[in-house]
Amino acid sequence: MKINDVILQTATKLVLFVIILFSIHLFFAGHYYPGGGFIGGLMTAAAIVLLLLAFDLKTVAKILPFDFKKVTAIGLLFAVGTGAGALLFDAPFLTHAFTDAYLPLLGKTSLHTAVLFDIGVYLVVIGVTLTIIQTIGESE
Amino acid sequence: MSLLHLAIISPLLLALLVPIFYRYFRQIHTGWFLLPLPILLFIYFLQFISHTKNGEVITETAPWIPSFGVDFAVRIDGLGLLFALLITGIGSLVVLYSVYYLSKEHEKLNTFYIYLLLFMTAMLGVVLSDNLIVLYAFWELTSFSSFLLIGYWYHRERSRYGAQKSMIITVLGGLSMLGGILLLHIMTGTFNISEIILQSGDIVNHVLFIPAMLCFLLGAFTKSAQFPFHIWLPDAMEAPTPVSAYLHSATMVKAGIYLVARMTPVFAHDGIWIWLVAGFGIVTLFWGSFSAVKQTDLKGILAFSTVSQLGMIMSLLGIGAAALHYPQLDDSFYTVATTAAVFHLVNHATFKGSLFMVAGIIDHETGTRDIRRLGGLMNFMPITFTLAIIGTFSMAGIPPFNGFLSKEMFFTGMVRVLEMDIFNLETWGFLFPVIAWIASVFTFIYSMVLLFKTFTGKHQPDKLPKTPHEAPIGLLISPIILASLVIVFGFFPNILSHNIISPAMESILPGLLVEGQAFDVHIYFWHGFTVELFMTIGVIALGTLLYFTYPKWSRVYGIFTERFSLNRAYDSLIENSQTGSYNFTKTYMNGSIRTYLVYIFSFFVFILSVSLVAKNAFVYDTSNVSQIRIYEIIIVLIMAIASVTILFAKSRLTAIILLGAVGYSVALFFVVFRAPDLALTQLVIETVSVALFLLCFYHLPKKRHEERMSFKLTNLLISIAVGAVFTLIALSAHSSKFFEPISQYYVENTYEKAAGKNMVNVILVDFRGFDTLFEICVLGIAALGIYAMIKLRMTRGKEG
Repeated sequence: MKINDVILQTATKLVLFVIILFSIHLFFAGHYYPGGGFIGGLMTAAAIVLLLLAFDLKTVAKILPFDFKKVTAIGLLFAVGTGAGALLFDAPFLTHAFTDAYLPLLGKTSLHTAVLFDIGVYLVVIGVTLTIIQTIGESE
Repeated sequence: MSLLHLAIISPLLLALLVPIFYRYFRQIHTGWFLLPLPILLFIYFLQFISHTKNGEVITETAPWIPSFGVDFAVRIDGLGLLFALLITGIGSLVVLYSVYYLSKEHEKLNTFYIYLLLFMTAMLGVVLSDNLIVLYAFWELTSFSSFLLIGYWYHRERSRYGAQKSMIITVLGGLSMLGGILLLHIMTGTFNISEIILQSGDIVNHVLFIPAMLCFLLGAFTKSAQFPFHIWLPDAMEAPTPVSAYLHSATMVKAGIYLVARMTPVFAHDGIWIWLVAGFGIVTLFWGSFSAVKQTDLKGILAFSTVSQLGMIMSLLGIGAAALHYPQLDDSFYTVATTAAVFHLVNHATFKGSLFMVAGIIDHETGTRDIRRLGGLMNFMPITFTLAIIGTFSMAGIPPFNGFLSKEMFFTGMVRVLEMDIFNLETWGFLFPVIAWIASVFTFIYSMVLLFKTFTGKHQPDKLPKTPHEAPIGLLISPIILASLVIVFGFFPNILSHNIISPAMESILPGLLVEGQAFDVHIYFWHGFTVELFMTIGVIALGTLLYFTYPKWSRVYGIFTERFSLNRAYDSLIENSQTGSYNFTKTYMNGSIRTYLVYIFSFFVFILSVSLVAKNAFVYDTSNVSQIRIYEIIIVLIMAIASVTILFAKSRLTAIILLGAVGYSVALFFVVFRAPDLALTQLVIETVSVALFLLCFYHLPKKRHEERMSFKLTNLLISIAVGAVFTLIALSAHSSKFFEPISQYYVENTYEKAAGKNMVNVILVDFRGFDTLFEICVLGIAALGIYAMIKLRMTRGKEG
């Protein structure tokens, strides 16, 4: 007998975007309000876990064709790269810089290299969580 | 780097070439290539006699580690030269002897000669170094090369045993000597022996003086096989006979004698030195000669004989050092013991070297060294017999050989102890001549056993592996040279006295001579009817009597051997320390993680509580404690209930859920204490870890039934103690704040400098971003680790 979990799947499809939006919000708000790369990454990972629960590993792998180990590596690269970038400007490792810029659509925006570092954290957390969950899920 | 340095290390350099000689000149015995070197060195050192005779001292220095005051300083004075001549002279004879002794077809000659050359360098270095650290380095090289030489026939179990035993004992002494060197350096600030001697008067009351002396004496006693460390020497007889002749009679075992002689000016200002050196020497003399009588192996007799003779030299050095306490030098009344020591040192090297070579010849020509199987060899080996007569008679102290002269002087020295009135020698000093006399009787007996049991009596051809015949001339050259020296020194002892003995005594007893004066060393055969002469007559009479009645009293040894066997003590010490440490390790390293955690936690509790009490560090101060609110009390209650319930939970599932409850309560705490970032993270992480715990729970083996955690009193006590100690520490840490926290800086600068308002996040990515970088590395490593553990699971059978 095939279990029909149409309610779960449909709910997932709706809720997923809310969670992801929330996680992106947490991520971007991090510098001013509670949140940041770590919790943002965990929330995104949680969204994907929900997808895993509603569907199955293969389907999710088809939807999100990422190798999450590589995501971890890219995240680390972001973090190290942000740090190393400071060296090019004759500043100590991991010195951040920020500026206020007037962007075409967004108006006055504060740009900060710490965000690049946080992207690193965000990607690492997603990569790590999903690597662990996928690996354990696939193992017999 | 002078010619002198080169002379010392030249054997080492030659050793590098030995493999070439051995490999490419197979038809020529490798020993021939080496023979010129010790002869050249002997001639080289001979020319220094003209200098040392006049009291000159030759010094050369090559820097080695100047910043630590360690230089390769070489000093040639009377004592060093005497030893250098012994080493090179007997070394030449031994190399010559070994050429005929070791077969070039059956033996690994390259290793043998490399070890021998290594030893020669080491020994020259020991006796000529003026720097104590350099001396120590060469000293250990002698132990090491001796170890290699004893274990030369490494396929024999006894060789390996003997090598290991000698290594353990001599290295024990060597390390103790290193301790003594360092103590001397602390006292004097220099490693240079000649400089230390200059300061010897000042350090005698230093608190480290006695420890340094004891360390040096342990080094000297182990190396020179003094009682009770003599046990390695008889077992070292498993070495090839040239090695026994060279190392274990003439040179290495005299390194300890050398050390005592060299250090006499430093340490002899204290009576303890005299008592210890003379006391151990005289006991060794007696025990060695007593034990030698019961041996049945030729080399065994010679080994114990060596022990005994070394004890005799040692006791003479001890007594002779007393002369330093008599400022006036009246007709060498007290220095005669030192004269005897140096003279006997030379004599012993000559006759013992030749006797070992004789034993080697007998072994070589008959196939055995057991005196119960030998006998009646006189007719087969007349030359060897003659050599043996000279050697044994000299050893027993029978005129007209040199042993007689040194034994007479030995008695003189011992008798004069009776006249000394320092360091309580007047009370117990009479023991010295008495023991010396008894020991000489035994010396006489074993010398006669050695000679007559081997060469006279009935010939037993059926018991011998080979038909005995006279040795080839090559084997005989070296013992003939040594035996003729025995006779020459016997009849013309004064060729030695001014050239060798007097300068050596100046090194041992410096400062006794005024300018232009020399030690009056004059050795006579005939003293007149003195006490010593009657003692010698008594020795010969009683010795002869005891030799012929030996079967009647030999049962004495049956009682003594089992009861006083030091070998048994050594073996059981080694075995007990092995089994003891094995059992000890097995007891505390039992492989149970629980036990190790008990150790770790008890150690924690012990160290922390002791330091809390010892430093009187516990403070309790409530002045900066904030108000406790009702939420906090509720959450603490929830956490406490959950934690206690975990302990008594019957099912694991309950424990996991309760753990989750604790985790969420912590998140609530973060909310109450206004840490939103922490609360968010804690909630998510707690969820993930509870899910992982459930995963583990799900995969537990099915057959394990659920049961409550078993109760152990130690666990309870330790956990309570850990909790209590940490609570106390946290309370006192909180009650004693010494500095303002630095958080004010972050509050002020989070927006000003880092353009952020979330202080936690700004600290994480900006102020302290370096930590975060590596925390995400930790996460990455954990993920890769889990991936590797699960994916790369090797099946056991495949990997084997």
